[in-house]
Amino acid sequence: MIQLVSFYIFASIVIASAAMVIFARNPVHSVLWLIVAFFNAAGLMVLIGAEFIAMLLVIVYVGAVAVLFLFVVMMLDIDFAELRAGFVKNVPLGLLLAIVLVAELVLGIGAYQAGAVKLGTPEVGVATVSATVPNIEAIGALLYSKYVFLFETAGLILLVAMVGAIVLTHRRSHGTRGQNISSQVQRRPQDATRNVNQPVGQGIEL
Amino acid sequence: MIGIEHYLVVSSILFVMGVLGIFLNRKNVIIILMAIELILLAVNINLVAFSVFLGDLTGQIFAMFVLTVAAGEAAIGLAILVIYFRGRGTIAVDDVNRMKG
Repeated sequence: MIQLVSFYIFASIVIASAAMVIFARNPVHSVLWLIVAFFNAAGLMVLIGAEFIAMLLVIVYVGAVAVLFLFVVMMLDIDFAELRAGFVKNVPLGLLLAIVLVAELVLGIGAYQAGAVKLGTPEVGVATVSATVPNIEAIGALLYSKYVFLFETAGLILLVAMVGAIVLTHRRSHGTRGQNISSQVQRRPQDATRNVNQPVGQGIEL
Repeated sequence: MIGIEHYLVVSSILFVMGVLGIFLNRKNVIIILMAIELILLAVNINLVAFSVFLGDLTGQIFAMFVLTVAAGEAAIGLAILVIYFRGRGTIAVDDVNRMKG
C-alpha cells in the first residue's frame, strides 16, 4: 500500500515538475523545477531498489548539472521575454507531435499488456541480481570487473568534456603578465644577467 | 500493484515532455538543454526499471554511463552557449546560420 502511494506521489510530481520546466516563464524557475524532477525521479528509483543510481542522480544532477545551469542562467544577461516570442506560434505543432508520440507509446504498452512478444530466452547469469548482496556492492563488483573498460571510457569522456569546456570558454587576458614555463625551463646561466661588483681600473669582461 | 508498465508510462510521459519542450522553446537554448536532460532522465528511468524487472544489473550500469554522457553534454553545451552569448549578446538560436556555407 505504501509503495503504491509513494509511487503515485513521485510519479505525479516528476511529471508535473517536468511540465513546469517547459512552461515556466523564468529560466531560473525552470532550473529549480528541474531539480524537483530529478529528486522525485531518484525517489522512483529508490522505490525499486536501485539506490546507487538514485544517489548518483541526486549528487550528479542536482549537485552539479543543475547548479551549472543555474550559474549560466544567472550569469548571462538575457532578455527572456524576447526569447518567448515564438512560443505561441510553435504550440500547435509541438502539441500535435506530443500527442502522436504519446499515442504510439500507449499503443506499444497496451500491446505489451495484451501479451508480451517473446524474444528468445535470456542467458542466465549475465549479471543476475542476488538477494543477499546489496545494490551498491553488486554494482561495484560488476563495474570494476566486467565493465572496467567502459568505466574508463566514461572517465575519458568526462576528461574530454572538461578540456573542451575550458578551451571553449577560456579567454587569454591582455595586460597581465603570466608565467611562461617553457622559457623558464630553457633559461641557461650563460644568457643570464650577472651582478658584478666591478673593481675600479681593471676593465670589464664581456 | 506496481508493475513495469507503470514505470514505462512515467518514463514515456517524461520523454514526450522533453520533446515538447524542445519544440515549444525553439529560441531559448537553456530550456532546450534542460529538455534534453529530461529526455535522458526518461531513458535512465527506463533502463533502471528494466534492470529491476529482468533481475539484471547491466541496465543500472548503463544508466550510469548515460548519466556520464549527460553531464558532459551539459558542460559542453553551456560552454558553447557562453561563448555564443559573448559574441552575439543574445542566445536566440533560431538564427544561428553564421557558419552556413
